[in-house]
Amino acid sequence: MSNPLLKASGLSMRFGGLLAVDDVALTIDEKQIVSVIGPNGAGKTTVFNCLTGFYKPTSGEIFYKDKPIHGLPGHKISRLGIVRTFQHVRLFKEMTVIENLLVAQHRHLKTGLLAGLFKTPGYRRAEAEGIERAAHWLERVNLLEFANREAGNLAYGQQRRLEIARCMVASPELLMLDEPAAGLNPNETDELNELIVSLRDIDGISILLIEHDMKLVMDISDKIFVVNQGQPLADGTPTEIVNNPEVIKAYLGEE
Amino acid sequence: MINKQGFTNGIIAAVVLLILSALLMGVQLANEGTGLVVKLKHAESLTLIAVGAVIVFLFQLFRQPIMGTIGMAKGALPAMPVLPDLKQNPKLKNLLMAFGLAALLIWPFTASRGAIDLATLTLIYIMLGLGLNIVVGLAGLLDLGYVGFYAVGAYTYALLSSYFGLSFWVCLPIAGLMAAFFGFILGFPVLRLRGDYLAIVTLGFGEIIRIMLNNMTELTGGPNGISQIAKPTLFGLEFNRKLKEGGDGLFHEFFGLAYSGTYKVIFLYILAVLLVVLTLFVINRLLRMPIGRAWEALREDEIACRSLGLNPTVIKLTAFTIGAAFAGFAGSFFAARQGFISPESFIFIESAIILAIVVLGGMGSQLGIILAAIVMTVLPELAREFQEYRMLMFGLLMVFMMIWRPQGLLPMKRPHMEMRSQ
Repeated sequence: MSNPLLKASGLSMRFGGLLAVDDVALTIDEKQIVSVIGPNGAGKTTVFNCLTGFYKPTSGEIFYKDKPIHGLPGHKISRLGIVRTFQHVRLFKEMTVIENLLVAQHRHLKTGLLAGLFKTPGYRRAEAEGIERAAHWLERVNLLEFANREAGNLAYGQQRRLEIARCMVASPELLMLDEPAAGLNPNETDELNELIVSLRDIDGISILLIEHDMKLVMDISDKIFVVNQGQPLADGTPTEIVNNPEVIKAYLGEE
Repeated sequence: MINKQGFTNGIIAAVVLLILSALLMGVQLANEGTGLVVKLKHAESLTLIAVGAVIVFLFQLFRQPIMGTIGMAKGALPAMPVLPDLKQNPKLKNLLMAFGLAALLIWPFTASRGAIDLATLTLIYIMLGLGLNIVVGLAGLLDLGYVGFYAVGAYTYALLSSYFGLSFWVCLPIAGLMAAFFGFILGFPVLRLRGDYLAIVTLGFGEIIRIMLNNMTELTGGPNGISQIAKPTLFGLEFNRKLKEGGDGLFHEFFGLAYSGTYKVIFLYILAVLLVVLTLFVINRLLRMPIGRAWEALREDEIACRSLGLNPTVIKLTAFTIGAAFAGFAGSFFAARQGFISPESFIFIESAIILAIVVLGGMGSQLGIILAAIVMTVLPELAREFQEYRMLMFGLLMVFMMIWRPQGLLPMKRPHMEMRSQ
């Protein structure tokens, strides 16, 4: 592996007097599952928001495939291939499951206004491909039978999976999941575990994960970054992290 | 069932009513010598106030049993009739639509002139409602100045027609484009705003347009408006009694008919029907296109939209622009039909009525909007005798709708998409 897929360095974010993120560095290689962990309020989600363009970092550089992306608006970063989910489910609740997936393919379905008004063959083909792609991902996350349900009526675990499917139809190269296991039962967490691993192994994408479920994190991560009070604390493989005295101190307090 | 709370509520409500009505209805100003004095009105209105207060008091007192009975009556009402599922049966749907259209086109030949006129007006409101629905119902951007675009469309045709003698058919697309352009311009400053703030800015925009039209006296004639706007022609054939200078021909002479003013009315009506059908067609297609879905997605969650690579700025702009274009079409038709327009036709209450149509019909639902537009234009006509109470009834209707069917007459239905074999 030559160059990392995503490389952030010196990332800082200041809200008024509060330095929420301080000098965080992070690299993600291709086909890797990378986790960011840390106690509540450590600044994990802020890092996420900086990386995805929802916040403009106060200082620091972010390179995606060697191109600088810091300062770009969220939708542009997303178009480059970095797609994210949110801590709280953010589906289009009143739209059906399949419509949710079609919205996410906006970029692929781009057809002219007139083509759509007159339903040209090209437009029909693009639409059919979009539906086919959506169906493929619904099958992957086990939601095909709910295709025409309103997204808001799905069970919570299903909504979580739909959110991942919605990201995947946008064909990202880096998927960023913000606490995907929050609120899931152990069974659902296991399914999620499998799904995330399959995204890396079958689809060949990288995944950046914020998660509190340590079992999930330790099971699937190739690399873990620990953040505490906005500052990077440690990084390394799961084994290195579990044995790192600094990390144990941050999580469990001084002995 | 009478409890203490009911009693207190009753007293408070009755006192409030007494204070309000005593000031509004119980007293009047009278001239006495050089000054004005406040005098009590005659006994009749005082009795009315007293009776009103008693009724309010009693209602509050027995509120619970009364509401209970109403609730029971509501439960006993037959359920809403369920329409046969047309989605399963596209042939039946097409057949029904063809019949409906045919009926709409044949009807004017059997109806009175007044009725046709009213129907034409209703069709204009349907068009406006459908256009505003894009902005409010689909994209979720509260626009209180929609009438501004309507005015732009109307004045575009009126000015082009009276200054350059352009025909209605040339001006119709120009008016649409012009309104769309104004929608685009308005779109820019309001992109960052949401909800209440957006509503205030759009409200201001609508007023700016009206006041500008009022003050640009040299161009628009100011409050006097523009009169004698040319009527639309049928391939150059005019519907007047006598040929205008430079006209191509007259409709009744061409077809060898006796002159009748009704032809013109029917022609305008049919034109309106066709415009509405075109609007419905275009918006229906737009809804099922990526852009239509993007509008709805934006209404649901702007942040999620951004995370998926949708540019909220562009989506909002298209909603404003396309919505405004339909107001422009409606406006130029309105100008052509009336033959006279002035800024008076484009006051805020018009925006409110159009918005009411969208809300009443069920945000996003096209059939609902058509129904609501009919209700909102035909009911006031039917209730002409109650002229003074029109606004009161209007308000009551709104209140009752919000209580019983807050989702509108016919809430929007999601399109059902066929997936490959499951």
